[in-house]
Amino acid sequence: MSQHLLVFPILLPMLTALALLLMGQAPSQLQRRISIASTSLLVALSGVLLVHANSDVISVYNLGNWQAPYGIVLVLDRLSALMVALTAVLALGCILFASAGDDARGSNFHGIFQLQLLGLNGAFLTGDLFNLFVFFEILLLASYALLMHGGGKARIGAGLHYVVLNLVGSALFLIALGVLYGATGTLNMADMGYRITQLEEGNAALVTAGALLLTVVFSLKAAILPLYFWLPSTYASAPAPVAALFAIMTKVGLYALLRIQTLIFSESPAIVYIDAWLWWGGLATLLLAGIGALAARDLRTLVAYLVLVSVGTLMSGAGMGHISGTGALLYYLVHTTLIAGALFLLAELIGLQRGKAGTRLVRARKLQQSTLLGSMFLVGAVAMAGLPPLAGALGKLLLMQAADAFQRFWLWPLLLLAGLAAMIALSRAGSVFFWASYKGAPSGPRVTSLQLSGVTWLLVSAPLLVLFAGPVSHYTQATAEQLASPQHTIQTILPDVNAADFALRPEGDH
Amino acid sequence: MELLFSLVTGVLSASGIYLLLRGRTFSIIVGLALLSYAVNLFLFSTGGLHTHSAAVIGESAAPADPLPQALVLTAIVIGFAMTAFVVILAIRARAELGNDHVDGKQGEEGSTR
Repeated sequence: MSQHLLVFPILLPMLTALALLLMGQAPSQLQRRISIASTSLLVALSGVLLVHANSDVISVYNLGNWQAPYGIVLVLDRLSALMVALTAVLALGCILFASAGDDARGSNFHGIFQLQLLGLNGAFLTGDLFNLFVFFEILLLASYALLMHGGGKARIGAGLHYVVLNLVGSALFLIALGVLYGATGTLNMADMGYRITQLEEGNAALVTAGALLLTVVFSLKAAILPLYFWLPSTYASAPAPVAALFAIMTKVGLYALLRIQTLIFSESPAIVYIDAWLWWGGLATLLLAGIGALAARDLRTLVAYLVLVSVGTLMSGAGMGHISGTGALLYYLVHTTLIAGALFLLAELIGLQRGKAGTRLVRARKLQQSTLLGSMFLVGAVAMAGLPPLAGALGKLLLMQAADAFQRFWLWPLLLLAGLAAMIALSRAGSVFFWASYKGAPSGPRVTSLQLSGVTWLLVSAPLLVLFAGPVSHYTQATAEQLASPQHTIQTILPDVNAADFALRPEGDH
Repeated sequence: MELLFSLVTGVLSASGIYLLLRGRTFSIIVGLALLSYAVNLFLFSTGGLHTHSAAVIGESAAPADPLPQALVLTAIVIGFAMTAFVVILAIRARAELGNDHVDGKQGEEGSTR
């Protein structure tokens, strides 16, 4: 039983999705209960996997019992376990919030939501590049449908851009896969990483081309500078629970980038370009997203730009190219994903009580529950802007410490400036929403208990991540160390590979 | 054969990219379709171009690599579903936004953008 545990994060959402899709299009109470129960089970399951991965064991699951590299494998290491757990926790908050009524604005919300989880978990667990493509397509197709949930002009317009861009991205992904398969003759990530170390000279240029193509594709998903312009309008127009779940979507791109950076191309000449691209692209994203946050005239757009700020921060961490940078960025990733999700949900609650003004930054009528929403917004804003005492500050501190002398010169001013921009933008938004209101009786729907529990579930992560900062950062640091020694992963997946084939790598380097 | 094959792939992707950059949803969909043809042909060729070699051991002296064929099959299925989706989306966008421009706004009078 326990060796099959690895496939459950994929099977559970799939079976739930099938059952929910068969139960009719409009959400019934039963559908909601099933969806919440299944997602809670996923949280528990991912907790078990997390504990399992924490024992430094890399588990491999051969689908159909075909041995790697011929069959498709699922691999659970520390990074996969962390990402699956993060997805499950975020998804539970979103599904609780959606069950308060957002799911009834279109058809089949819960079924498609579970399909999205299937795609996400599959992408985090698979050890095969082509399989990664398939899971990407599953999660993208589900995200197209979720984004359009409820319809409306803005959603259709933004959705069209999002769909077309991602289809072009998929085409590039396939070209990259073709190039890499032609050059190395394998699609298994570990096997590819191993074969690249043994590659003859003639194919090195092809591998570099394939590696850079893959980097472009994943940068599009992760939304790094020249490829992020789709994100603000898409996230700002998506329904709140969907936008909150999308907070993990950019992290899928980051996850894939970390994987190819550490496991596949760490020994290839392409790694220099990948690191440089991530570093400078991340810094530039940080700068422009900070300006975008200041310019945003709507809370949803503002949060979307703050997501971009976090993407920039994470990417520059990945571009540092050493263990402590990766460890720091993983700690920051957990925090920023959950808080961005919470802020999207909060924006919806605030917008609902402001009538026609919605989330636009203009004077409007008084909020019905301004104390409750205001205090939650304060927690979210402090966490997102990275102020002490919440986890955002710790994450940034870890990243700034991880940078070496040259990197500090660039990272410190940009990271602090972006933090300042986020703080100014959020405090401006907060003062407009909670202080600059017209006189008159407040109206609008009160926050339901389900909505409140969804937002609280995500917001609570900010103080919890500070309380348990020790164990969490220890875990992320160990994750970074595991990523930095891919030969161990390769030997677990491919037991036949000779250990002597690996040259010893310099310490603290990919 | 290699020359012909690479020419076909190149022309298909060039036309696909040209159409993708246009402003109306119809040309974009045609462009996406052309691009996916080019990608499928390219994937197919990654196992090497051979004539008279089946992807079955024992049928021919030098069997072809079956994996690219399997990959192409998957890519075709996924590409087909995606094209169907984007066609429906384009029709929906035409209905909701009132025109078929990608930005949802009609260009200048007489503009072909």
